[in-house]
Amino acid sequence: MIVTILIVLPLLFGLAAIFSNGRSVRNAALAVSLAEFCLALYAAYSFVPQAGMQQVLNLPWIPALGIHYHVGVDGIGLLLILLTALLMPFILYSTPDDIPKPGAYYGLMLVMQAALIGVFSALDGFLFYVFWEMALIPIWFLCLLWGRGNTVAVTLKFFIYTLFGSLLMLVALIYLYLQTPQPHSFSLEVLYAVSNLDANVQGWLFWAFFLAFAIKIPIFPFHSWQPDTYVTAPTQGTMLLSGIMLKMGIYGAMRWLIPVLPMGVHNWMPVAVALSVAGAVYASVIALQQNDLKRMLAYSSMAHVGIIGAGLFSLTANGLTGVVFQMLAHGINTVALFYVADIIERRNNTRNLNLLGGIALADPRFSVLVFVCVLGAVAFPLTNGFIGEFYLLYGLFEYNLPMCIAGGLTVILGAAYMLQFFQKTMFGNAISTPHKPVYAGKSELYVLVPLTAIILLTGIYPKPLLNLAAPAIEQLLQLAQF
Amino acid sequence: MNLTFAQIALAALPFLPLAGFAVNGLWGRRFKETTIGIVGCGSILLSFLLSVFLFMANLSGSFATVQVRLFDWIPVANGSIGFSLMADPLSLIMLLVITGVGLLIHLYSVGYMHGDAGFARFFAYLNLFIFFMLLLVLADNFLLLFAGWEGVGLCSFLLIGFWFTNESYNAAAKKAFVMNRIGDLGFLLGMFLIVFTYGSLNFDQVFTAAATAGGANNATIIAITLLLFWGACGKSAQIPLYTWLPDAMAGPTPVSALIHAATMVTAGIYLVARCHVLFSLAPFTLSVVLAVGVATALLAATIALFQTDIKKVLAYSTVSQLGYMFAALGTGAYVAGLFHVVTHAFFKALLFLGAGAVIHALHHEQDLRNMGGLRTELPFVYRIFLVGTLAISGIPVFSGFFSKDEILMNVFQHHTVAWGLLFIGALLTTFYMFRLLALAFWGEKRGHHANYVPMNTTMKLPLAVLAFLSFAGGFAGLPEFTGLNWLHHYLSPVFSDVTLHNEPHLSIGVELGLMAFTVLAIAGVIWFYASRFKHLQTRELNQLNGELPWYKKLPANKYYVDEWYNRLLVQPINRLSDFLYRVADTLIIDGLVNRIGGMVLSAGNRARKLQSGDIGIYLYVMLAGASGLFLLYVLLGS
Repeated sequence: MIVTILIVLPLLFGLAAIFSNGRSVRNAALAVSLAEFCLALYAAYSFVPQAGMQQVLNLPWIPALGIHYHVGVDGIGLLLILLTALLMPFILYSTPDDIPKPGAYYGLMLVMQAALIGVFSALDGFLFYVFWEMALIPIWFLCLLWGRGNTVAVTLKFFIYTLFGSLLMLVALIYLYLQTPQPHSFSLEVLYAVSNLDANVQGWLFWAFFLAFAIKIPIFPFHSWQPDTYVTAPTQGTMLLSGIMLKMGIYGAMRWLIPVLPMGVHNWMPVAVALSVAGAVYASVIALQQNDLKRMLAYSSMAHVGIIGAGLFSLTANGLTGVVFQMLAHGINTVALFYVADIIERRNNTRNLNLLGGIALADPRFSVLVFVCVLGAVAFPLTNGFIGEFYLLYGLFEYNLPMCIAGGLTVILGAAYMLQFFQKTMFGNAISTPHKPVYAGKSELYVLVPLTAIILLTGIYPKPLLNLAAPAIEQLLQLAQF
Repeated sequence: MNLTFAQIALAALPFLPLAGFAVNGLWGRRFKETTIGIVGCGSILLSFLLSVFLFMANLSGSFATVQVRLFDWIPVANGSIGFSLMADPLSLIMLLVITGVGLLIHLYSVGYMHGDAGFARFFAYLNLFIFFMLLLVLADNFLLLFAGWEGVGLCSFLLIGFWFTNESYNAAAKKAFVMNRIGDLGFLLGMFLIVFTYGSLNFDQVFTAAATAGGANNATIIAITLLLFWGACGKSAQIPLYTWLPDAMAGPTPVSALIHAATMVTAGIYLVARCHVLFSLAPFTLSVVLAVGVATALLAATIALFQTDIKKVLAYSTVSQLGYMFAALGTGAYVAGLFHVVTHAFFKALLFLGAGAVIHALHHEQDLRNMGGLRTELPFVYRIFLVGTLAISGIPVFSGFFSKDEILMNVFQHHTVAWGLLFIGALLTTFYMFRLLALAFWGEKRGHHANYVPMNTTMKLPLAVLAFLSFAGGFAGLPEFTGLNWLHHYLSPVFSDVTLHNEPHLSIGVELGLMAFTVLAIAGVIWFYASRFKHLQTRELNQLNGELPWYKKLPANKYYVDEWYNRLLVQPINRLSDFLYRVADTLIIDGLVNRIGGMVLSAGNRARKLQSGDIGIYLYVMLAGASGLFLLYVLLGS
């Protein structure tokens, strides 16, 4: 029941807000997102890791077609719901007060949250697809209407590209649906039980799913929508995209691809791992020479996600543990870093790293908080990034040594470009601005302090989160056998 | 859980400096310098007292090792990696050096950093460094050791670039961190291979499993030890990863003394010594360690001969001395290597702080060419610098004599050529140190400095203590034949398995003969330099101002290693980055996507009259089409 509330509450408020107007909508949206967070915490608190799917609700939706409103969570889904519910208040709060059309903006944000939680809890293939597409529409409007620069062209590409992927997934889902015994069903368990597919068919279906997820994540070479979109989208849109939305692809693969098509995955995993690792190294190398702060962060995010993808398709217990943990870590770190980029850009009217500098002189407190985010991003021990990276690379190590070494290179390259970013913005002498702007005022601190605290705390004591996910990962690995 | 007092002391040890970091880091900017100094030094003093307490308790036999598990960190393989600390004689020796020398350098810094705008930040960083360093030597598993390992690297980064408005200091800081990361990747892979092979990362379990498995020189153990040693090369500045250390001299001088001479850079030696069970099973790796150590010792010594920056001479000297320590480890003489870690911590900290005193007095002058004649101007600094020089040169009864002698003896037993090279290295060491002493303190005054900045007691006292330790510290490890090698005796429980592999000792006659030979040769170098230093100096200064002959130009320019790294690694990667972005990403991948998209759109344009061009409409049409398809499938399928 609680999962359904988590979906319905922001959906109703969101739809209502779209048609409302006025300043109070910001506070209402914040209140809803905080309520969501409390509910998600309660769900986590009452969750029993060993007990499999929980908070299940299964209602017939279109009985004639065997489509159900069927939701529930296991450890993996729960952690992603927690991540969504945790990040949403920060994303909303970090929105500038003078945003135009606040009603539509906050409404779309809440609808987005509903869709995301729906994706992370749907246990019916059709429902999953509906939420998946439902998440695309608000983010597209957000990027189109509140973005800057050449938004029409960039968002069109983003939209068509990801839609192309999801239609492939739809076709694959329908094909699977038709293979289920009569009466047909989209239910997850029924799909898991479909076993009469030969390797060839599994291979084609694998690619249909994989493309949908690979475009969303994005995995090389299906990433080219991403840097432009991250740069032109409003910062909060970029936070949503990189912090939460790309996890839809990873989660989708964990829930709908690996257990459903074990043979197809098994046959194609070397390709998937190789593409992921290649993309991670490729993006890291590109990030080294990026002078546009946001574009640099976009490539950095792609590098991290590449390693997550590699850990995912290496199909080892350690790799998957890393995937789950790093999804959380990457979500928090990347949201914090894009927010930092936004703060810096607002104060200086530029994101060009070569024109920035001396921020540590102007606001030392801000530079310390940014430094913690950087540490998380470079997988420094005692931050969340290290835990994820350690498991991911160890999983890769178990899978294939050269892939692990190549993936390990991103740890070195990551240190190089992230420290370069930190030094170019924070260190050196202040440029141009005669006054010392405050970078971390009260409202910025309300966002950055909790996020940096989480970066450190979950790096020092990750055990509760790991415990939540462990049984679900074990189960996933069992399903991946054939 | 019943904790003994020793366990509580152990648990508190690293966290006192962490508390100092937190206090000075959070509120330091509001404090007066005195308060900051008391917090900064006080936290280290407490840690030092606890270390002494643990050491005494261990000496008196109340425990062999003490262990405390703070909490579970992460599960790995079938076990759980704890956030747990462990102190045995090896850790205790390191503890005493870190907190003892650390305390002296903290104290010195109060005077040295006086008036600096970042005074509080400096002490916060120093305390944080000590925290990570203590974590490194107290960890009871590889993963926690790695946390300390990366942590000290981080503090090194922060302190090298302490004066962060200077771009070249920042570059040096970044170089240090990235180069350490290159080493750390080896460490990380080594850890993976350890878990993979032994199913654990806890020292106890890994070493027991490795010892039981036995089988010297199998591929796995060689791979593990080589990977760990690769990590050690990064942290301890050995070939090929040494070039960051000389650049690290950009940091304030107390940092050079503490991090880049006495403690952090010896972490690699500690790691090898800690993993001696593994290394002893891999004689092949040990011979690599020996070769790298000897090569680094010689290479760095030749570069040190021609440096004109007082700190650069000492930096290359540190690289070279670390090479000696690795050479000792390479022959399986772990205690000898650690002995040199300890004495080196004393005399190199002394020399760096002495150099700092010169720099301080001369208003930030670091160029030896502008010094000279400081003997009469700074008599106290001169005297302590002389003690340090005699100690590092290996003049009898000074500490360096005993430790270097033990290394040379051990290497002599294993490998005469390596011994010969290290012997030459020892002569070079004496030469560059006396050259440094002469350029700074002897002869005519060449600079135009007046009004030397006076030193206060907080700076003088640490220098005096370190001078005493540099003189007397060697008595902890008297030569084996005297039967009075305390350090050997003390550390023997840790290395109990190693002594078995040691070959029979040299006869007293040979040992004394070698010792006398070495000492005479070193004395000869000193006599040679001291008796004609004026002539040598004039000639060198003229050459430095003009054109050097090629055989001096090469080492004077550090064999152009930095330039080669730049040309072979850094620039190609940057060019690749540019190429990938401009060509691969923008032109090819994105270009292809746009081309395909364009084709679809232009096909759509012909049917455009049917549509409004509104993207929203496209979307709904697409969805409707998809649903239609779906329905078709359903109807046909059923």
